[in-house]
Amino acid sequence: MLNEENLKKIEEIGKRYPEAKAALLPALWIAQEQDGWISEETMKQIGDLLGLPYGHVLGVVTFYTMFNSKPLGTYHIEVCTNASCQLRGSDKILRKVEHVCSAGAGHTSPDGKWTVNEVECMGACGGAPMIAIGEEYYENLTPDKVEEILRKLP
Amino acid sequence: MTQTEHYILPDIPEYHRIDVYESNGGYAAFRKALGMKPDEVTDEVKKSNLRGRGGACFPTGLKWTFMPKTSDKPKYLAVNGDESEPGTFKDRQIFEQNPHQLIEGILIGCYAMGITVAYVYIRGEYGKWIKMLQAAVDAAYEKGYIGKNILGSGFSTEIYLHKGAGAYICGEESSLMNSIEGERGYPRIKPPFPAQRGLWGCPTTINNVETMTNVPLIITKGWEWYSKIGNVKHPGPILVGISGHVNKPGVYEVPTGVPLLELIHTYAGGIPGDKKLKAVIPGGSSTMILRADQLDGVCMDADSLKAAGSSVGTAGLIVMDEETDLIRILSRLAKFYHHESCGQCTPCREGTGWLHKVLERFEHHQAKTEDIDLLLDIANNIEGNTICALGDAAAWPVQSMVRRFRGEFEKCLAPASH
Ligand SMILES: Cc1cc2nc3c(=O)[nH]c(=O)nc-3n(C[C@H](O)[C@H](O)[C@H](O)COP(=O)(O)O)c2cc1C
Repeated sequence: MLNEENLKKIEEIGKRYPEAKAALLPALWIAQEQDGWISEETMKQIGDLLGLPYGHVLGVVTFYTMFNSKPLGTYHIEVCTNASCQLRGSDKILRKVEHVCSAGAGHTSPDGKWTVNEVECMGACGGAPMIAIGEEYYENLTPDKVEEILRKLP
Repeated sequence: MTQTEHYILPDIPEYHRIDVYESNGGYAAFRKALGMKPDEVTDEVKKSNLRGRGGACFPTGLKWTFMPKTSDKPKYLAVNGDESEPGTFKDRQIFEQNPHQLIEGILIGCYAMGITVAYVYIRGEYGKWIKMLQAAVDAAYEKGYIGKNILGSGFSTEIYLHKGAGAYICGEESSLMNSIEGERGYPRIKPPFPAQRGLWGCPTTINNVETMTNVPLIITKGWEWYSKIGNVKHPGPILVGISGHVNKPGVYEVPTGVPLLELIHTYAGGIPGDKKLKAVIPGGSSTMILRADQLDGVCMDADSLKAAGSSVGTAGLIVMDEETDLIRILSRLAKFYHHESCGQCTPCREGTGWLHKVLERFEHHQAKTEDIDLLLDIANNIEGNTICALGDAAAWPVQSMVRRFRGEFEKCLAPASH
């Protein structure tokens, strides 16, 4: 559930738009920043706040790939495998990530530390192959560099 | 290589800072525009022949004239920074290196069209870059360039950033508006066009980030100066993102009209290991693939690429050397379009999935000869039969690859059918 401070933030952001519904994506982002994911209760809370049925909020959450309706591991590793990354060896990067994290693409490791996802182009084609860990981009990778980056994470 | 000055990504350290931007003449274009009549500003942009950098090369000034001059409803600008077309990574460079020129272009556009609120829609993955642009917007508010009664002119406008959440389709302009409104990113049927009924049913203009970043140049230096940069019919500086098999991948600012081979061999340092060039996708994944032997004299501008059988798109040039498995690349792109189809239109929702499935048969050497024509048949049935152009974008790579690289498909047939 959203805390007081974040509820106020959403109210403030709502003023940027002529209709309350437009604050939905910003509100979902605030919720996800707070908890790392968006629970059913939070979706209902946001729906009540903006005057939207739960079904609408759920529909939006599931439409956009970046909204998580389930908790993720401590680190969210996203590996781009689209064309420009594929041309520069993203296959090997993905295999290395899956190996180091003990989690296949689309899964969370048994210890809850890693969630690995294969993703579409992240707009870093000039630095291919690349991965993102949370908001941070890591570019011009080799399997060895990826391993080093991952092993350094606490 | 023609060494030209850089106007979109100038080589000035700390240019993203408002004080550095101002001391290099920043925001002078906006001040100048405020002293002109709004129509004069639009006219200047129109005469410059600036064409949109978001993919369709649509004339920007002309688009601005579609906005009603008087309106009892508010008018809006939506600036498109969704940048999700595979092979495209240029707008990100603007957020990082030159955010104030983008803001200044937005302000000039708002003034010209009588717009009081602009939303900049940026893909959710660019969290870091959204913060960079937000910092620049905050600085511009502080200096009084954005807000109420700007610089005592009586003109007021707000700029807000809106963060996407991982959906390629939201780069399509009508889907982008639905996304801002708090909906799923479903494209809308046109007409009505955005200038008639856009955000919340009000007149709206949608322009790409790079397009808006060009606008201050036109106001400062005049349309005549601008229209002489690069190709006459599609002039100006353009950001070309070069990726794939080149020694120096990256974003290069060049005048339009630079030969593709020069971009590959001179700017991007050629192909690693001195391998031969096999093919390029010239303007982002949706543009038609070209064989190396089709590239003689082909340049990065609308007419030249059209004549060659492709298009400029987002100027995201993907380079592939002689060892590239094109079927795998095409199959990966088909998977992308299938994943990103919003599901509204049956031909796209079903067709993109079929394309991927058939291409996987080629990838695994299990295809039959008829499957080559089946691919074309599916693609032809998607093209032109959907609400938005995502369907076309999925069809074109397949159609062009079958037409130009049929041999690659024949190499991937199941052994029995040889
Ligand atoms: C599937 C699809 C995705 C698109 N993605 C983008 C995008 O990420 N950025 C963009 O500026 N235009 C994108 N466009 C084009 C927009 O619909 C629109 O034409 C453009 O933003 C207009 O800006 P411009 O006239 O300045 O080029 C996309 C179009 C389609 C069909």
